[in-house]
Amino acid sequence: MLSLKNKRKRNNTVIPGFGLSMGITITMLSLIVLIPLCSVLLTLSDTTFAGFWQNITDEQTMATYKVSFSCALIAAVINVSFGILLAWILTRYQFPLKSLLDGLIELPFALPTAVAGIALTTLYSDKGWIGALFDKIDVKISYTTIGITIAMVFIGIPFVVRSIQPVLEKLDPQFEEAATVLGASRFRIFCKVILPEILPAALTGFGLAFARAIGEYGSVVFIAGNIPYKTQITPLIIMSKLEQFNYAAATSIALVMILFAFVILFGINVLQAAINKVARGS
Amino acid sequence: MKNKSLSAKKLLAATLSLALMTGVFTGCVGNGSPGANEDGNADGKALAKVEITNVSYDPTRELYEQYNKLFQDYWKETKGQEVEITQSHGGSGKQARSVIEGNEADVVTLALEGDVDEVRKAGLINDGWVQEFSKNSAPYTSTIVFLVRKDNPKKLNDWSDIVKPGIEVITPDPKTSGGARWNFLAAWAFADKLYGGDEAKSKLFLKKLYANVTVLDSGARGATTTFVENGQGDVLLAWENEAFLAIKEHPGEFEIITPSLSILAQPSVAIVDANVEKHGTEEVSKAYLEYLYSDEAQRLEGKNYYRPSNPDILKEFSDVFDLKVTLVNIDDEFGGWTAATEKFFADGAIFDQIYSK
Repeated sequence: MLSLKNKRKRNNTVIPGFGLSMGITITMLSLIVLIPLCSVLLTLSDTTFAGFWQNITDEQTMATYKVSFSCALIAAVINVSFGILLAWILTRYQFPLKSLLDGLIELPFALPTAVAGIALTTLYSDKGWIGALFDKIDVKISYTTIGITIAMVFIGIPFVVRSIQPVLEKLDPQFEEAATVLGASRFRIFCKVILPEILPAALTGFGLAFARAIGEYGSVVFIAGNIPYKTQITPLIIMSKLEQFNYAAATSIALVMILFAFVILFGINVLQAAINKVARGS
Repeated sequence: MKNKSLSAKKLLAATLSLALMTGVFTGCVGNGSPGANEDGNADGKALAKVEITNVSYDPTRELYEQYNKLFQDYWKETKGQEVEITQSHGGSGKQARSVIEGNEADVVTLALEGDVDEVRKAGLINDGWVQEFSKNSAPYTSTIVFLVRKDNPKKLNDWSDIVKPGIEVITPDPKTSGGARWNFLAAWAFADKLYGGDEAKSKLFLKKLYANVTVLDSGARGATTTFVENGQGDVLLAWENEAFLAIKEHPGEFEIITPSLSILAQPSVAIVDANVEKHGTEEVSKAYLEYLYSDEAQRLEGKNYYRPSNPDILKEFSDVFDLKVTLVNIDDEFGGWTAATEKFFADGAIFDQIYSK
């Protein structure tokens, strides 16, 4: 273990170009991520803390956090279970048009979110193809929190599939064969052999899908009914503040969302590191 | 430690290069900006081509496509100069923000006086712009009407019908859509007359109305899609010109009901003084907006379902528009946009109150 570490450290100094590539990295990161984020803080610099607190804890805004976070959480859970299944099928089975399905997974990334939103809304409204079926059992999808969740599932699914897929591909079937020979059931193999391997990747996918769903505006805004206290999402409140030329309130709420997204991603990273440590230790 | 100082240096370099890039960029825009040739006024000599940008809002796209051709011919005839007009459309508030943040519009033709006024507050438009053109700088007007399904199955003829329980109403959110504020104010003006100015009762009326709203879209076009394409609701509160467009696109499916009382919606036009000065396009920009009041342009506006502000030409369209409707005016009824925004749409004001429990 120790010798490996030393070797790696020596390698770092041997490979040339660290200074240059690190410089480019920092520059790009500054231009694209850090400076714009600092400008958020700059816009807030003339707001008092009391004003900031009032902006972010306003009754209607609080109701939107509830909608955004609960729908995003449900969507992320659905995405992880469904994403594992999808990744499994794509890596373990051969079937016609497999590469087409593989390509379709990334469609939510490529499609303009507004297009997705409008298409989903039309499809799931009580006059739409799928919505009409659900309307018969008195379930409304478009313009309710169910609709919001569906839009969030749609935009989050590629994160999970693309995190898990490479891990499954690299997983050596020999372990499963060994487990089978030793008499383990399929379920037991999944829980004890496969799941521990894909868990860190699934967590990454979960975190990314969750963080993305919280901030998603384009597709969700069409399918949400936007009724205050019921189906308003937080990004809509930001737009509403901007429409009133209230930059301070908009930025305050934006900051809350940035912090939450960061906390989620950071938390997932910590968790992942812990899992990896346990995995290495055993 | 070495790495740390390295990254600090890089950060500094990044900031500097960003500043430099911004400088170069603005420089380019400054040089390449559209502008009239100052000299070349001599008779017989063709003037250099002039370019202006009109930043407008969503539903005026077709109107200005046609108007621009009309104006190009007019300007060519009177001045002998070619003029190229760039159109930009989007949500009215968003368009105002884009001008404030550096979109170099020569003229703005927005849905709300308040949006133009935000541009003035940013120092780009001179004070007193409302008086610069006649009729409060509103060459065409519109009003708020009901779009209902064919044959009006729920018999919705006036505001008092749509607050009844069980009626589903579609309207955009006044907090995210500037245009939607007219809808709210039209309903309020009706309630105000109905209850003789009793504010508590008017508030209850609006509360009932918004309790009937099943989808509160973020913009006017979205609300139209929800009602027309997705078949939601019994009635859409819409701008008259938008309602006519929906009927034109879906003939035989909808009807327009003009309530007994509505509001005079005045989309405002203004010259962006700071930008025309920079571009040297003052004269042509002024003419561009002034020509909106000419007879030809007024007829064109009528054909695009905006009510011409010239009363004689408006009468020519009496078979299109319901001219019997009582139209209240924002200045007389609500004391202007600033007062109305403050009273109804600011955070915690009446609109928020009718939604809070």
